[in-house]
Amino acid sequence: MGNVLKIILQRLALGMLTLLIVSVVIFVAVNLLPGDFAESILGQGATPEAVASIRRDLGLDQPLVVRYFDWLGGVARGDLGSSFAQANFASFTGTNSGTKTVADQIAPRFANTMFLATVTAVIAVPFAIILGIMAALYRNSVFDRATNILTLSSISSPEFFLAYILILFLAVLNPILPSLSNIYDGMAFGDRLEKTLLPALTLTLVVTAHMMRMTRAAIINLLASPYIEMARLKGLSPIRVIVRHALPNALAPIINVIALNLAYLITGVVVVEVVFVYPGIGQLFVDSVKIRDIPVVQACCLIFAAAYILLNLTADIMSILSNPRMRHPK
Amino acid sequence: MTEPLLKMRGVKLEGRSDEVWSPIINGIDLTLMRGEVLGLIGESGAGKSTLGLAAMGYTRDGVRINAGTVEFDGIDLLAASAATKRNLLGKRIAYVAQSAAASFNPAHRLMDQHVEGPVQHGVMSRTESESDAIELYRKLRLPDPEQIGFRYPHQVSGGQLQRAMTAMAMSCRPDLIIFDEPTTALDVTTQIEVLASIRDIVEQFNTAAIYITHDLAVVAQMADRIKVLLKGDEVETADTRTMLAAPTQEYTKSLWAVRSFQRPRKPAVIVGAVPVISVQSVDARYGTTPVLHDVSFDLHEGRTVAVVGESGSGKSTAARCIAGLLPPAAGQILLDGQVLPPDYRKRSKDQLRQVQMIYQMADTALNPRMSVGRIIARPVQFYLGLTGAVKRKRVDQLLEQIEMEPTEYYNRLPSELSGGQKQRIGIARALAAEPKFIICDEVTSALDQLVAEGILRLLAKLQDDLHLSYMFITHDLATVRAIADEVVVMKDGRVVERGPKDVMFKPPHDPYTELLLSSVPEMDPDWLTNLLAERGVDDIGGAAVDKM
Repeated sequence: MGNVLKIILQRLALGMLTLLIVSVVIFVAVNLLPGDFAESILGQGATPEAVASIRRDLGLDQPLVVRYFDWLGGVARGDLGSSFAQANFASFTGTNSGTKTVADQIAPRFANTMFLATVTAVIAVPFAIILGIMAALYRNSVFDRATNILTLSSISSPEFFLAYILILFLAVLNPILPSLSNIYDGMAFGDRLEKTLLPALTLTLVVTAHMMRMTRAAIINLLASPYIEMARLKGLSPIRVIVRHALPNALAPIINVIALNLAYLITGVVVVEVVFVYPGIGQLFVDSVKIRDIPVVQACCLIFAAAYILLNLTADIMSILSNPRMRHPK
Repeated sequence: MTEPLLKMRGVKLEGRSDEVWSPIINGIDLTLMRGEVLGLIGESGAGKSTLGLAAMGYTRDGVRINAGTVEFDGIDLLAASAATKRNLLGKRIAYVAQSAAASFNPAHRLMDQHVEGPVQHGVMSRTESESDAIELYRKLRLPDPEQIGFRYPHQVSGGQLQRAMTAMAMSCRPDLIIFDEPTTALDVTTQIEVLASIRDIVEQFNTAAIYITHDLAVVAQMADRIKVLLKGDEVETADTRTMLAAPTQEYTKSLWAVRSFQRPRKPAVIVGAVPVISVQSVDARYGTTPVLHDVSFDLHEGRTVAVVGESGSGKSTAARCIAGLLPPAAGQILLDGQVLPPDYRKRSKDQLRQVQMIYQMADTALNPRMSVGRIIARPVQFYLGLTGAVKRKRVDQLLEQIEMEPTEYYNRLPSELSGGQKQRIGIARALAAEPKFIICDEVTSALDQLVAEGILRLLAKLQDDLHLSYMFITHDLATVRAIADEVVVMKDGRVVERGPKDVMFKPPHDPYTELLLSSVPEMDPDWLTNLLAERGVDDIGGAAVDKM
């Protein structure tokens, strides 16, 4: 086990390094965008003096390197900084008491995104794996082909299209679920779940194909192994051969694909959020890019990057643990 | 005892490759009585395994039974439903595969896999089956029978896994077990233990068995009757003793003849001659684990040294040191009296050229996407700088040397060659560098006896023509007898004994050499019984483990 612990620590350190590099890339990339917050907030009629004054207030007149290390120092202390948009608003009203930090702004949105991702994962992961197992079990049958066609069509369609189809069938023609997902703080869990269901189903359709096909392929890949033949020759039922003998050895690739899709659920669901008016982090991110609210953009990017790195790390560790050679060394 | 347990009549099997069905077995009859052991022998490609599986009513993907009947205890296996067959498999007909290491599921403990059959078939409860497993492990003389079942396959050695698989096959007390080359992958010393265990347990439970192998001497120990197969046809069937004493068919006789190939003795080495390769007090480590201790031997021009020992004895590591793939921790290696740099990256092109290798698995040692011509042309161009027509001519010449027609084979891919042909290409590739010294790492152990003999004869001829020196790594003493001039016996990374072949094969021996020599199965049905008696092992099962 000491071995596994060492690997985990190594990966964690590497993850931190990746995160640091990502932060530099984000910082530089965001600053390469044409225009800045001062120009976008003041509009076309802005005087150079006004622009310069806002820049000075926000520290935008400092060199890039200085601003980066200021920001990095803040992050290291757990301070993601203050949102430009909020700061500006506060200075117009003459009080500084209403200044919202980036953390305040992101926290509820991020919680919503995590909620949506969790609901989707709870539905999609078991669904995709069971579908994959069934497809492997009845490979090349009508069921297998139908599953493949359906999941592939759903992954190939634009997300908004899937979303509108679901709205049409589940909200308009058969009003089972609400088409708007405008959840808010202090909502009861049941209501929240109900409102989240339609976007979660849409996302399920988006992520299922990948996971299901990997499950199917990873299992089928093993079916020619001698130990699968042995299992068959022991007179075991086909389902037992697949679930007990093939699946445990196929876990590593499946886990990796699941992690990739979970990361997508956290970072890439802007379109679905917009369609269902779901107050997630994706919308906040896009809005912040539009007005060049750099602290928020950076914080979002950092969260996205961290989510990717953490999920991949988890997948790596679970893949390692799924190998009995690692769990039980000689 | 009147009705046969297994009756196969006119069984024909076909295999598919490239969408074309071609015959594998052309109509074979097979009858097996209760408690009888039938040996099925033939080269690879003779269809033994396919026939063995067909006896279970099972075919692999891409194989089909297209004629005949398979009747097990009155049940027509070919007409039976999948559920009926599942109910028989594992419970009344069991299978022991060639590679236990690959056939045990790496994800589950041995015990979980052992009890699966009895529990799923409703023969025993899990607890009953577990205590029965421990009993079987004990009968099969596995070390630590109480605990070994709770290990994962990778934590158990190959020979032990093979016995655990036999135990698993016995778990439901089947009427019939198909043994598919169960000892082929094992060392001779391990093979004996497994053979003895299998024979005892089959006798004890009066289980009928089909024992598939390509090794006549092995089958002679195990079977009551032997059936010889050749390319899907039966050559002959006879009682074991009758067949060994008087084989009637030419092919059967040729199987015996393989073991008789032996090179004439060479004149003694001239005193004071500089050896081609001199290994001097070499130590080697993998990481911090020492694997070689003070290994020394010399090899002169035109001669062959055979390095023998069990797997893990350091034979291949010694070869890696000589090739420069694993720089030794101590000691040195001399080529023609010149010290070779320990790391191959530091060796000159000419030094690299002089030392070539031929590998055990020709399959994996040849690039599957390169044609035969390109595989051989590469070293020709790399070492000798030949290009264009000259290069082509040299490749053709090399193909002729390995007795393969250049026009026919130049453009073929490795996948279009047989195992023996692939190994010949491996030889040609080594020759292409025009080396002095070739390391042959188990080059015949993946081949059938007849094909292997062809390879050995070719290597011998090339040695005479080109004055090559060979280091022959092998665990097969028949090969050593056939080709070696000198023998180095290794155990646990040390040289136990070395000397000229004649001396080595004559007593007195080092005890380990003695063990190796006596472990080679002989063409005598009583060999195993006598040997076990001699070594003091009670072969009627359940006896104390004799740590050999």
